[in-house]
Amino acid sequence: MHPNKLGWLLLAPTMLILFLFGVVPFFYVIWVSFHQWNPFAADPSMIFNWASNYRQLVFDAQFMASLGVTLAFVFFAVLSELVIGYLLAQAFMKDFPGKAFFRTIHTLPLIMAPIIVGSIWKLMTTPSIGIIPSLLDSWFGYNLNIGQSAMAAFITTVVMDIWHWTPLVTLSLIAALVSLPADPFEQAQIDGANKRQIFWHITLPMIRPAIIATVFIRLMDAMRTVDEVLMLTGGGPGSATRYVGVHIFKEVFPRTNYGYGSAISVIVLYLTIVVCWLLYVGLIAPRNTKKG
Amino acid sequence: MKRSNPWLMVLFWVIISFLTLFPIYWLFVISVKPAVDLFSTPDIWLTKVYWQNYIDVLNDRTLRGYMMNSLIISSGNAVLCTTLGFLTCYALSRFNLPGKESIFFWTITNRMAPPAVFLLPMYLLLTQVYRVGDFALADTRIGMILVYCTFNLPFAIWTLRPTLDGIPRELDEAAYVDGASPLRVIVEVVFPLARPGLAVTLILTWVFAWNEYLLAATLTNFNARTLTTGLSEYVTTTGTEWGIMAAISVFTLIPALIVFSLVQRHIVTGLTFGAVKG
Repeated sequence: MHPNKLGWLLLAPTMLILFLFGVVPFFYVIWVSFHQWNPFAADPSMIFNWASNYRQLVFDAQFMASLGVTLAFVFFAVLSELVIGYLLAQAFMKDFPGKAFFRTIHTLPLIMAPIIVGSIWKLMTTPSIGIIPSLLDSWFGYNLNIGQSAMAAFITTVVMDIWHWTPLVTLSLIAALVSLPADPFEQAQIDGANKRQIFWHITLPMIRPAIIATVFIRLMDAMRTVDEVLMLTGGGPGSATRYVGVHIFKEVFPRTNYGYGSAISVIVLYLTIVVCWLLYVGLIAPRNTKKG
Repeated sequence: MKRSNPWLMVLFWVIISFLTLFPIYWLFVISVKPAVDLFSTPDIWLTKVYWQNYIDVLNDRTLRGYMMNSLIISSGNAVLCTTLGFLTCYALSRFNLPGKESIFFWTITNRMAPPAVFLLPMYLLLTQVYRVGDFALADTRIGMILVYCTFNLPFAIWTLRPTLDGIPRELDEAAYVDGASPLRVIVEVVFPLARPGLAVTLILTWVFAWNEYLLAATLTNFNARTLTTGLSEYVTTTGTEWGIMAAISVFTLIPALIVFSLVQRHIVTGLTFGAVKG
């Protein structure tokens, strides 16, 4: 047998599975999105209706609102994780007893199922069950009710995301900080630079690639957040925490308007690709070409 | 850099660790409280431990079925993905296939798309298109094992590639010269050397499959429902049974924690690998 034939044979099962469950759904959803299809309607057949699903989408206030809250969620969550993660990574740069042990504990949330994280935070924040509302009430007289206050629910989802994912940022930035050469820092200190100058002019430019890579990963993950939020707030109160993934799960499925649901899925996929592409073109690619 | 008092750092990290661990501790507290005690003022300290919630979960036939499904689906998927990932990476690292780097990159694109987007097409395909007579892939264990490949197989391929590339080609070339068949080379020469990498991949894909919720919640309704979907069922039914919900959460969490202690070091290196390269 020609050796390359064997190579293709070894690849075949993987490519078949990823084709059937990765590529086919992708094109299938695009195809369905150009049809009117509701199996439980008077006319259950698929009718080609050009782009009218997409036209309807532009005027779907609920969908547009869910895009808006998703962007707000992603912005606040990722920014906080970056700041906290950087500070914690810097704290790991010093020597102190039990460092490995503390790092292990800090990494713990990463391996937990998102749905369990949602369940844990539900138990922490549900009034009369959770410890947080009770403490806030006795310390500040503040009544935290994520079932009623839109702002409280939004902030709780952000805090939950920070708890779950900051360790990822910390670990990536530790890796970046560890690999920095010592010379520029010593030189800067000799030249009399202060801490802030060292941060802005030496540390930040040197770990910029790692920061961009981390933000890239976190953005993609934060945009697809569903399980935790579904468990914690169910998208509520009202639609305060109905992020796009939650919107698809709660709105597209119970209604059997398959054509319209597909159009929403395609647009969300498209927006994800566009955001990633913009980030890539704007932040990652120029650096690579400069390096040449 | 300036030296700071190491014990101040320890204090700082004790506080951070407390913030990390407290929510998990609280989950345990709720899981060992009888329902009547839940609605009094929340108490941080455990005064007595009440195991009934765990016994109730284990005695519940439906939940036992969910647990079984979770076990079978995640084990089946982990074995399938690790095996296929191993064969794929062997092919990618040993053969001069045209366009193989594009294929390698294509596999990971399957993991980039938000899973919510694929819920509807996957549901339609599994109920209506991928079917033979009366047998449809929806709500079957084998169906879920295959569906989970969309995120686990790319992961397996991407984590195994460095392992396979790291095994010297000369070893299998020497075996070929001795007249061994490709199958024997893979099983007797490459496999033993790739074992550590395979073990980590197997364990991590197992956890990812065990943790999955969204696809299981939409693609199954009875026969192949998993433990994570059972968890959400206890919330939506009239009046949440908090103790049971917490106990199921602990059951779902335990395997992940065991796995974490096994491969903790590899998780750290695996996760930071991208950042170092970036």
